[in-house]
Amino acid sequence: METLASLADGFAIALTWQNLLLALLGCFLGTMMGALPGLGPSNGVAILIPLAFTLGLGATPSLILLTSVYYGAMYGGRISSILLNIPGDEPAMMTCLDGYPMAKNGRAGEALSLSGVASFVGAFLATWGLILLAPQLVKIALLFGPAEYFALFTLAFATLGGVASTNQAKTAFAAAIGIGLATVGVDTQTGVPRFTFGEVHLYDGIDFLVAIVGLFALSEVFLFLEHRHGKSDASGHKVSVGRMMPSFSLLKSCTPTMLRTSFLGFIAGVLPGAGASLGSFISYTMEKKLVDKENTFGTGDPRGVAAPEAGNNAAAGGALVPMLALGVPGSGTTAVLLAVLLALNITPGPLLFTQQPDVVWGLIAALFIANFMLLAMNIPMIGLFTRVLLVPPRILMPIVAMVSFVGIYGISGSSFDLLVMIGFGVAGWILRKLDVPLVPIILGTLLGNAMENNLRRAITISNGDWWTLVDSPLSITLWALAAIGFVLPIIFGRVLKTRMRHMAKDEEGAVID
Amino acid sequence: MSDRIFGVVGLLLALGYAWAALVIEESFLSDAVGPKAFPLIIATVLGLSSLVIIIKPDKAPEWPSFMRFMEVGAAIVVMILYAIYLPEIGFVIATALAATYLTWRLGTRPLSSVVSGCLTSVGIYAVFHLVLGLSLAKGPLGF
Repeated sequence: METLASLADGFAIALTWQNLLLALLGCFLGTMMGALPGLGPSNGVAILIPLAFTLGLGATPSLILLTSVYYGAMYGGRISSILLNIPGDEPAMMTCLDGYPMAKNGRAGEALSLSGVASFVGAFLATWGLILLAPQLVKIALLFGPAEYFALFTLAFATLGGVASTNQAKTAFAAAIGIGLATVGVDTQTGVPRFTFGEVHLYDGIDFLVAIVGLFALSEVFLFLEHRHGKSDASGHKVSVGRMMPSFSLLKSCTPTMLRTSFLGFIAGVLPGAGASLGSFISYTMEKKLVDKENTFGTGDPRGVAAPEAGNNAAAGGALVPMLALGVPGSGTTAVLLAVLLALNITPGPLLFTQQPDVVWGLIAALFIANFMLLAMNIPMIGLFTRVLLVPPRILMPIVAMVSFVGIYGISGSSFDLLVMIGFGVAGWILRKLDVPLVPIILGTLLGNAMENNLRRAITISNGDWWTLVDSPLSITLWALAAIGFVLPIIFGRVLKTRMRHMAKDEEGAVID
Repeated sequence: MSDRIFGVVGLLLALGYAWAALVIEESFLSDAVGPKAFPLIIATVLGLSSLVIIIKPDKAPEWPSFMRFMEVGAAIVVMILYAIYLPEIGFVIATALAATYLTWRLGTRPLSSVVSGCLTSVGIYAVFHLVLGLSLAKGPLGF
């Protein structure tokens, strides 16, 4: 009951004209960014953070705008998967398997609207899951002391590479780089400058927004330049949509699939190291095992479209649970959303729920609103979004670059930050070529200071005894989980990744034949 | 091979970072841990992971040809020039030039690039400055 009352308060906050308008804008921009190959949810949110920030929006409105972008991008990823067989973002990879064959059979419209409904179901149920689970997690988190927090941060970094990570050394490397960057600047505890080399600009530390926009958005521009991949992926394809509304019987036949995979995706989202890509992969494989009696999966089975879409959108909602309740994101995009919170001077975690309930519940209400808007937007307006696919990257990428520059310049008005951003862009490009994940770097720059502060607080409390870090059952559990989470992918990661790739490959081959 | 070089660079970085951590001047008011310990832990992680990368390198990525490298290099130079001269020549002109260059290099015909670059610049100026009121760099001409 208490929860419902808070939710009602949340709706009272979210239902103002300004916030509704921001949600609408966010949904629209998010869907476009998700639809365009090369601009995923993390990139989309990253480019828009500085803008929300410089526009002087308050905490709740900025969060509403950016989470709408996040949800929107998760919806949008499916469009190019279905129409072009090119996933708009990584989680939409599995949607290609049945979505594209459906489109080839002339049922593109049905596939799009069905996946829209599936996305809605997944995200809607996951938002309820968030409401129910997050307060419980907060209760546990309130038991955490500094030592437990330090272990929790370690757990977050250890599992960030994900179950499908192929090279844990590179994940660890990236995390260390990120945390190292966070230590640049004046030490918060003693006031001595560290790693500044006398450069005054560095005394405040490196602005993580600059790092994020450089690493994500600019490196994408460099990748496109390298391949001179300027042609629109959609040119040459005939994008015909066909019948728009899915029939009632089709929806009915997919309902059990959607419910099951929403649940599964939500769990995958909450767990550290899994995330939306794995959510959609597990959803698809489970449904295939469960209902694919006639071997129709992969040839345009509607259930094969509904499963991964419900799964990845539910995972997107699930990933918000650890981010809000613990302040520790479990995926790349939620890491970027954490940056939003930190830029707004909001520290997520258990105290957020008690001290700033208006932010939390306003955000959750906004998620519901965004969901309905996205459903409404995605079915009748799908034609508009399919046209977006025709914008060639040679026009789009310069716009992305220029908007990134505008955003960062708007915050600080200094050329120095722009130069640092270019530096991050180049570094991001090289690291991507070398297959080093960028998300741990981002998370490191975001959480590095909090991690160090908790370590030092824990050890100061225990009068310099380092054993305090493994002193409570709770922290021992967290350390054990971190160790397992780090070692497991070394054993299973390669197998899982090859299986994911294999599946996508097989289907592609079948389609070309 | 790429990974080996990368690992060596990482190792040097870790050593440099550790050295920079050791020479931090401690204040007389310090906590039990001090400002050096945490960076040293991170330097250790960085060094160890670099060693693993050197010992077990992945397959080398496909590096672009020399020309493509120059392409990316030139784009970086253009962006650096943009960052430096933005406050001096003003937002609209600088952005138009930079966007035109990028559009052209991504394979648009020169004339269309100029049109697209100018439209991008004016469009961003209109949306972000005139509508949303963001303060952008003012050049000698006031825009």
